[in-house]
Amino acid sequence: MTLLSVLGVLSSAIFSGTSLLYTTLGEIIDQRSGIVNLGLEGVMLVSASSGFAVTAITDNPYLGVLVSILAGALMNMILGFLVISRRANQLASGLALMFFGFGLSAWIGRSYVGAKINGLPRISLPGLSNLPVLYSSLFNFDLLIYLVIPAAILVWWLLFHTRWGLGLRAVGENADTAYASGRNPLRIRYQALFVGGLLVGLGAAHLSIAYTMNWTEYMTAGRGFIAVALVIFSKWNPLRAIVGALLFSGAVAFQLLLQSSGIQISPFLLDTIPYILTILVLIAWGGTPKHSAPASLGRVYQGTE
Amino acid sequence: MPKLLPPESHPTLMISMREISKTFPGVVANDRIDLDIYRAEIHALLGENGAGKSTLMKILYGFYRADSGRIFLDGQSLSIQSPHDARLAQIGMVFQDFTLIPAFSVAENIALFLPDLGAVLDIKDVNLRIEQLSARYNLKVNPHAMVSELSIGEQQKVEILKLLLSDARLLILDEPTRVLAPHEVDALFQVLDGLRKDGLAIILITHKINEVMECSDRITVLRRGRVVGTVPQPDASESMLVEMMFEKKLSDVEVSRSVIRKGALQPLLKLHGVYTRSEGLGVNLVDIDLEVCPGEIVGVAGVSGNGQKELGDVVLGMIKCLKGTKNLFGKGVTHHSIQRMRKSGISYIPENPLTMAAAPFMTVLENMAVTKTWRYARQGGLRMDWQAVMTDIENTMKRMGFSLPWYVPARSLSGGNLQRMIIVRELTHDPRLIIASYLTRGLDVQSTIAAHSALIQARENGAGVLLISESLEELFKLSDRLIVLYAGRIVGRFRPKETDSYEIGHLMTGTKVQHDTKS
Ligand SMILES: Nc1ncnc2c1ncn2[C@@H]1O[C@H](COP(=O)(O)OP(=O)(O)OP(=O)(O)O)[C@@H](O)[C@H]1O
Ligand SMILES: [Mg+2]
Repeated sequence: MTLLSVLGVLSSAIFSGTSLLYTTLGEIIDQRSGIVNLGLEGVMLVSASSGFAVTAITDNPYLGVLVSILAGALMNMILGFLVISRRANQLASGLALMFFGFGLSAWIGRSYVGAKINGLPRISLPGLSNLPVLYSSLFNFDLLIYLVIPAAILVWWLLFHTRWGLGLRAVGENADTAYASGRNPLRIRYQALFVGGLLVGLGAAHLSIAYTMNWTEYMTAGRGFIAVALVIFSKWNPLRAIVGALLFSGAVAFQLLLQSSGIQISPFLLDTIPYILTILVLIAWGGTPKHSAPASLGRVYQGTE
Repeated sequence: MPKLLPPESHPTLMISMREISKTFPGVVANDRIDLDIYRAEIHALLGENGAGKSTLMKILYGFYRADSGRIFLDGQSLSIQSPHDARLAQIGMVFQDFTLIPAFSVAENIALFLPDLGAVLDIKDVNLRIEQLSARYNLKVNPHAMVSELSIGEQQKVEILKLLLSDARLLILDEPTRVLAPHEVDALFQVLDGLRKDGLAIILITHKINEVMECSDRITVLRRGRVVGTVPQPDASESMLVEMMFEKKLSDVEVSRSVIRKGALQPLLKLHGVYTRSEGLGVNLVDIDLEVCPGEIVGVAGVSGNGQKELGDVVLGMIKCLKGTKNLFGKGVTHHSIQRMRKSGISYIPENPLTMAAAPFMTVLENMAVTKTWRYARQGGLRMDWQAVMTDIENTMKRMGFSLPWYVPARSLSGGNLQRMIIVRELTHDPRLIIASYLTRGLDVQSTIAAHSALIQARENGAGVLLISESLEELFKLSDRLIVLYAGRIVGRFRPKETDSYEIGHLMTGTKVQHDTKS
């Protein structure tokens, strides 16, 4: 294994980890307010396809990113209508949203399969420019990559250091208490889904407009579900999510490298490495009562008589 | 329908509730209730369990919406559709079943209810305000602690602080004294008295009639959702209030003291040199030696948070014995699981029934069976014999004179009815050892008498009872022996005849020095 290939692993971990982290952050906000969004996969697909389409039409990747973000928020609003206003079951509604997203994204992206776009411009890290091109090109990152860790810190700050975050977490713990404090749990849950949707949209935008720069059907390939798992992995804490997303995508990139190096292990087994690693870390971290799931996660808020 | 007239204007009249009605499926909780609250008064609300007190107050706070009726503030009609509206009108409330969030710190819980909380949290400032206020009113809590680590008495103090910081002009307190130690009750009444002098109005719900007589200005009694009457405190007497509440006179239990068979039999429960370690801010038990023999009630006195919860938990196996041994019915059970302990005939009434003993979203019937599922499982657990559950439970209820609906979720029971549910469940099947924490918490006078006589009945049938309580009156009345817990240690062992509440009180608060100089 050469230095180049190791750096390659790192680079691709950063690229694929970015969209995973944005998505995870979005889901953390949803879940902190008490809503499990199992439809992430569908939300991401609709965001990715619509952002890609707009970029292809207007040739303006920033406009594409904006549309992606809004599409993510809108998709989450659909879930909100079902689980907040209609009080439907969250798991069933999430899965329905996912299948809806499969269909809708395929329709939106149907004439853009294989289209070429100018993605988000890459900005190279200062100081790396005098490295050989082969190396420095690995670390040409786009704006969304630079923003992802600040975004995680921002989400953490919002949740734990603002009045809004306090109210949001209160709704996720005990909506009756939040109501008694003069808040409207329904409105707060809508807000959480909206903001969460924006972040998922950013993740999807990074995937289609910055990283892969193309659109294919079902291009998210399970990222939405991995994000749900990462939320649990990170114990609903945005800062831990940074570690989780990097670790997971690093493991994925590493096992791809192993596969391409011609190692004599079945690729099916290699595929499981990231998941085994995740489980091992979860075991090592253990569970403390302080970092458990929001107490009314998944529970419909019925209101009071 | 007659038109509702606004209340007569009166310079100090603050809130008027007129013709308030509220029906839940199957019960009329409030039936055309009128209530006037004046500025600078402490208004006590009395009534048996399930009379509708909490419901009425939740309507005033906007937590429930009345089916009909109106509310006036300073003579103006006021629409209260949500707690938000009530808080704007400067109405604040401490709920009977707490609204604290266990996963939050004390400061976060209080911040949630601050009316002037900034958009960016300044937790340092919140901590400071809590510390100042708790020092001023003598309600000590640690703002950094997680609520899940607090004893129920400390939680009550947090609730009160929360209310005091919320800038309310009308304070509603739903059974705040239920879980406080006697000296804390005194402190609370001093706080309330100060607030009354500042012109605030206070509505106080309690089942302790002596407290009502001590601190209130006017008293309103509810029965089955209706107002029986409102009397000024000087015109009221304890017996008169009891009669208004229950439509009859009540006679207290007879406590016999003849059946102590100690020595002849081996103890039911024996703790020897037991140590525990609890997580976070809980208390560690230190070198506990304790015996409970058949046919005796051992009272455990102490201020809540001095190891009572841990004592109950360690007996039942919910926390581990670090050191020492535990014997139950003559067998070593130091490391047995909770289920094994339960199966062997031990009953437990924990200090907070809603969170520690009941599944709030399950029905009363399911809750009744949940600790004894092995007894009612049929066909290897594929089916539950609900009929048998009902028969067993109904027997106990008849004996105690309680009645409860079967098919409502436990969380919709009134506070006292929930406590009744736990007591009935735990006293069914003639347990051999009963561990009862704060047995009569939230019970009205009549139910308290019923619960006491049930305990005495159990003792007479040869059961042993470990009675953890903060009420010295109750402990002196029922116990055959008394121990005092302070900071996780047993600091005193007495027979009730050999001591007095003065001595116990000092041991409970750790002020033994004073006691020494006295004697
Ligand atoms: N959310 C609810 N759903 C259904 N029934 C309810 C609900 N809340 C209260 N009730 C019923 O309304 C009646 C009055 O209850 P309430 O809680 O007002 O009694 P209370 O006077 O406060 O009694 P306690 O002294 O036991 O606290 C009870 O029969 C209770 O079961
Ligand atoms: Mg009540």
